[in-house]
Amino acid sequence: MHELSLIQELLQMIMESARIHNIRRVHHVRLVVGEWYGALPCALRFAFEALTRHTICCGAVLEIASLPIRYKCRECEGEFEFMDNCPICASRDIYISQGRELYIDYYEGE
Amino acid sequence: MKVNKGEYELKVILAGDLLQVNNNQAEDNSSILKAHKILGINIIGSPGAGKTLLLERTIERLKGDAKVGVIEGDIATARDAMRIGAHGVPVIQLNTEGMCHLDARIVGRALSEMPLSDIDILFIENVGNLVCPALFHLGEDFKVAVFSVTEGSDKPHKYPQIFREARVVLINKVDLIDYTDFDLNACKSELLEINSSLNIFTLSAKTGEGINPWVEWLKGIMG
Repeated sequence: MHELSLIQELLQMIMESARIHNIRRVHHVRLVVGEWYGALPCALRFAFEALTRHTICCGAVLEIASLPIRYKCRECEGEFEFMDNCPICASRDIYISQGRELYIDYYEGE
Repeated sequence: MKVNKGEYELKVILAGDLLQVNNNQAEDNSSILKAHKILGINIIGSPGAGKTLLLERTIERLKGDAKVGVIEGDIATARDAMRIGAHGVPVIQLNTEGMCHLDARIVGRALSEMPLSDIDILFIENVGNLVCPALFHLGEDFKVAVFSVTEGSDKPHKYPQIFREARVVLINKVDLIDYTDFDLNACKSELLEINSSLNIFTLSAKTGEGINPWVEWLKGIMG
């Protein structure tokens, strides 16, 4: 359900930017979403379709780039997919190196 | 921001964080709370974890030591606010009308209606949900995650976000633990694996067992 709020924020940012650049029609939006946020692409698309009606984004293509969660070890710099500890050197000093992204990469319009 | 002007088509590279609008409003909320020297606590847990009863018990035990205010977030009804209001503290009910979490904007509106100069601790009880509320900062000082032994000890690993974001975990309904296969020690070590700085309290809002250490900790935080 938070997909709706995320798309609301997305639209607000695009409208604001489109106003500044005098863009009257948006054709394409590329969104980058890390797996951390648990946002479902189908729910994002549904929200995008529902909320863009009667806006300059109506009918635009929403491209979603999903990034899976990846962890990195601070000791040996190894990268891997699960948590607990580093499969290479067994260190517990690990952090999320990918998957916490949530931003509009770009949009195109005229 | 980079704008490449083509003949008709414009490509605008934004790279703007989607939660930026919410985060900005959260910062405004935070400044309001700080200006009034209010400790803001965002309480997050699944429906039925016992958040409201815990809050009631906590309010009772803070009486005389701290002036409490409450913002109640629910999808519908004012039932929780009525329960809290019966304790004689200022309370505002927010109905999200289907939205699964509170955001900084709606909390900002509630703040403008609160008697802020008469509050030391503001509890914000989020919509019952262990997932979405973790993403939306409200301007609080810290988050408290509530879950109960009847929900199972696998919750920390299944919903790691909230436990990474929280400063405190309250494991509720410990009076029922003998009727479940909840492994308290395993759960605590899992929690600390996810977030080693967590303060964990095991308690029962129903019987009152274990409430005091949590309330004493809260008083300590207030200084």
